[in-house]
Amino acid sequence: MSTRTRPRAHPDDATTTYREALREGLREALTSDDRVFLMGEDVGRYGGCFGVSLGLLEEFGPERVRDTPLSESAFVGAGIGAALAGMRPVVEIMTVNFSLLALDQILNNAATLRHMSGGQLGVPLVIRMTTGAGRQLAAQHSHSLEGWYAHIPGLRVLAPATVDDARHVLAAALADPDPVLLFEHGSLYNAAGMLDPAVHDVDLDSAAVRREGADVTVVAYGGCVSKALEAAEALAEEGISAEVIDLRTLRPLDDATVVGSVRRTHRAVLVDEGWRSGSLSAEIESRICEQAFFDLDAPVERVCSAEVPIPYARRLEEAALPQPAGIVAAARRVVS
Amino acid sequence: MATAHGDTSAGTPQAKGPRRARGTATATPSRTPASAHDLDLLRQMLLIRRFEERCVELYSAAAIRGFVHLYIGEEAVAVGVHQALDERDAVVSTYREHGHALARGVPPEAVMAEMYGKTTGCSHGRGGSMHLFDAARRFYGGNAIVGGGLPLAAGLALADRMRGESRVTCCFFGDGAFAEGEFHETANLAALWGLPVLFVCENNLYAMGTALVREHAQTDLAMRAASYGMAAWAVDGMDVHAVEKAARGAVESVRAGNGPHFLEMRTYRFRAHSMYDPDRYRSKGEIEEWKRHDPVTGLADGMRASGLLDDAAMEALDHAVMEEIDRAVQTAEGAPEEAAEDLLLHVTGRHEEAPS
Repeated sequence: MSTRTRPRAHPDDATTTYREALREGLREALTSDDRVFLMGEDVGRYGGCFGVSLGLLEEFGPERVRDTPLSESAFVGAGIGAALAGMRPVVEIMTVNFSLLALDQILNNAATLRHMSGGQLGVPLVIRMTTGAGRQLAAQHSHSLEGWYAHIPGLRVLAPATVDDARHVLAAALADPDPVLLFEHGSLYNAAGMLDPAVHDVDLDSAAVRREGADVTVVAYGGCVSKALEAAEALAEEGISAEVIDLRTLRPLDDATVVGSVRRTHRAVLVDEGWRSGSLSAEIESRICEQAFFDLDAPVERVCSAEVPIPYARRLEEAALPQPAGIVAAARRVVS
Repeated sequence: MATAHGDTSAGTPQAKGPRRARGTATATPSRTPASAHDLDLLRQMLLIRRFEERCVELYSAAAIRGFVHLYIGEEAVAVGVHQALDERDAVVSTYREHGHALARGVPPEAVMAEMYGKTTGCSHGRGGSMHLFDAARRFYGGNAIVGGGLPLAAGLALADRMRGESRVTCCFFGDGAFAEGEFHETANLAALWGLPVLFVCENNLYAMGTALVREHAQTDLAMRAASYGMAAWAVDGMDVHAVEKAARGAVESVRAGNGPHFLEMRTYRFRAHSMYDPDRYRSKGEIEEWKRHDPVTGLADGMRASGLLDDAAMEALDHAVMEEIDRAVQTAEGAPEEAAEDLLLHVTGRHEEAPS
């Protein structure tokens, strides 16, 4: 076993990265439950496409850290079959765009087997994948399709945005009796933060209020949470108090936290790296209108990705994505 | 005349009937006396045949709905393969799975009630004809996406391998699924990891309405499967003894740790693809030619010739089967329908624990 790859995830250490926090979650799961195994492309010898599983092969061996062929449908489906048989597989797909090669298995099997079988079967499977743009990887490695998956009954969809959530999300996901999709935003892997020693788990049923405020509710998830917080900081300098909600769980949505906040602030800005049309932000806006229409003092604003395949050139990519300046401008409009 | 695998398979002009398996069985490799075993094989095939004939009537009477895909003509495959499996093993099937479910031992009452969409159905009315499940019997469906069950089978087998279980996962699929990427991905994965999977390809010569020769550049499916590094051979799927012998050999080898095996069952469906299908894509002559190889009458005739069956015994068997099906229909008709308030049950496990 190699010790050089152990993350500095001890609470006494100053900081950890999102990547290290995810790895520590994996290590904990593999250590505490022998039904758990990790499977995917390059998760073993390579150490994970984004380095999340580096060192785990050496620590847990090739039976439990399994490199697979480039056969997304087969290894995702194999994860479903193993889960049906009582294992607790964690399947890694390199990016959300590649997950489309396994969409048949995710939708037609993982999400439906419990219902189709009249409740006889369950699929306690966790599928991890990278999502999102911001690294100039162009139109086949950069999309945010979480909203598509959040459309599907039978799935739980998670988007950890902080090191604490990254550290503890896997244990919570593995405790779920149903398939869980875990979206790791590619821009977050190197993000460093302090692990809160008082935090030992993640409440998958609740959104998290990342910053309290009184004038406007800013709702974000995944890679956009830090942008929303940056915008809130800028708004504070202008005297606008923004409350930032991190959805954390994209299905099922925690309406209560969002609507409760909007009832207090009377204004909402929704940030979504997905395309605007048919997006998760559209769903949240609908729910706000359904449940808090008469509490609103201004139309809800949305800051989404431009409706374009994500381009390569830096200037264009930045223009395509939600940015703090756009969030600030939207907040100003609803507050004015 | 256009008949059989021979004429639709490139480069096999000699065949008029079904191509015979290499090493076709002549003896029944069973521990029970031949007569009792053959009688049981005949009873099981007849049960499937009569069950589905009743389904046709019930469908015409609008008592059952949805897509209904009949297995008539292919009964020897399900029944023969199941002789080699036991309770610990798992079965993954397709949307043409009434025969597999019945051969697995799912009670006809539960299958028929499922066709009626009743709560007593084997999927509690949520699945219908294409999604029969029975977790207790390790019968994992009932998959209506062509090829969709294959990766599942690899996963079930992977779990067994990782836990050191001496179990086999048997996966049924058709010649249509052989064209899907999921077959090739799964065959490679199973062979690469040495998983205990028995692949049973029911080659009935048509992927819905598309003939084998129009969907595959190379129609020798067993040969192509062998290229993944697993034992593979073709079997006369109209001969239940040949199927049983091949399946027993394959299952024994899979169980012994020799990795996945592949059996191409050369068979034919006598009925259309589904109850919606007008069957315009094949000739009546071709169907009639194949009916000469009917697996049910084939076994019965063989038993008669050997003195194992007479008219009275055949009649008694048929009568018993029909009574069983009558009972299944009666209980299904009398069974309760699920309340609309229960619609959202079984979507998530958490909901099951705390229905709101």
